[in-house]
Amino acid sequence: MIVTDICIIGAGPVGLFSVFEAGLLKMRCHLVDVLPQIGGQLSEIYPKKPIYDIPGFPEVKAEELVENLRQQILPFKPTFTLGERVERLTKTEEGDFTVTTSDGSEIKSKVIVIAGGLGCFEPRKPELERLEYFEGKGVVYMVKDPERFRNKKLVIAGGGDSALDWAIYLTEIAEQVTLVHRNESFRGAPDSTEKVFHLAKAGRLNLLLNANLHSLEGNGLLRSVDIINKQGVVNKIETDYIIPLFGLSPKLGPIAQWGLNIDKNAIEVNTLDYSTNVPGIYAIGDINTYPGKLKLILCGFHEAALMAQSAFKFVYPNQKLSFKYTTVNGVNAF
Amino acid sequence: MIIFDVVDRSGSVRTVEVPEEINLNLMEVLKASEYPILATCGGMALCATCQVEVSQGIEKLPSPTDVELDMLDQLPKATSQSRLACQIKINENLNGAIFTIASE
Repeated sequence: MIVTDICIIGAGPVGLFSVFEAGLLKMRCHLVDVLPQIGGQLSEIYPKKPIYDIPGFPEVKAEELVENLRQQILPFKPTFTLGERVERLTKTEEGDFTVTTSDGSEIKSKVIVIAGGLGCFEPRKPELERLEYFEGKGVVYMVKDPERFRNKKLVIAGGGDSALDWAIYLTEIAEQVTLVHRNESFRGAPDSTEKVFHLAKAGRLNLLLNANLHSLEGNGLLRSVDIINKQGVVNKIETDYIIPLFGLSPKLGPIAQWGLNIDKNAIEVNTLDYSTNVPGIYAIGDINTYPGKLKLILCGFHEAALMAQSAFKFVYPNQKLSFKYTTVNGVNAF
Repeated sequence: MIIFDVVDRSGSVRTVEVPEEINLNLMEVLKASEYPILATCGGMALCATCQVEVSQGIEKLPSPTDVELDMLDQLPKATSQSRLACQIKINENLNGAIFTIASE
């Protein structure tokens, strides 16, 4: 069990800067992020893109901003749980929060700050009848352990890089691999595309182009999948697994079940201090909403500063907060 | 004025009129017209929550960029008529077009 003052969900720029604002007020932070590295969208989606609206930086690359933030918060010794998704939030008898992650890590804190940006990137699911019924019974969205597919029959659906890469990799392991793609060509890396066509020619990969998943069949476990082509011809394929790889889509995820007021996938907050309707839980950055909300990093930084001032009362209920400038007081490392 | 039709998820059709030189994209106009699209990513062609089917006038639209094509290619329900509204600039090319908002 990790014990901290503030548990920050999301290690993007706004989550990172919260560590600084909290640190000035002598509050310790632990950050949790589903991605394996810090920086959120900036690291994952556009690390090399320049950003032009960070005050004091006429131009800064996204990855440089993340690195600068990392250095800025070092004095306050933040701790991290990366690559794990926040699943559950419970309240202890003493009034603290316990956050539990997908991997079973537990973080106990007095305050929760949700700085989750667009949310968790979750697999995009095809529209198929009984899809949810077969999840865990043959339908899997991520290849975590390729060995589970050894000597099995699988159908991979999708045309992106991950569909191509896994199709190539799994032909070595599985008994039979079928790759289903809606179009007749792939937009993935030319090298991978070439390999896929080569494997298909050699009879090691069953390649179905201009085709879509149509329906799933099985009783208890997945037995077969019907594939429909552009002419409407249905082809039944016996299979043990189907792996739909249609990319990731941002979702609020389990946070949506925490009793917070939600409006259109965003968390409603009070602009006084960016608190949610649950005392002790704040939401800052792109994940919150309020009248006049602008999804800008610089707005998230402002929200982090006000949040920290307000969170102080939960961490130090018996102390009076006195505001001090860093120019006067400096940065006092932990 | 630029005039086009929008079919919402329940199938009802509404004509939308937008002033020329508005300098917005279709996603922004749909949101401003109170259609319930999430547009979670804010227009970066990342979330595909603004997917539309162009049932009329697709040939007049500029071709999708690589970023948009990469996203469309991943979507399980996309067709050759699919576009991301956030990548369609509002201009006279949209006159007479029909956009159907894709299911969530």
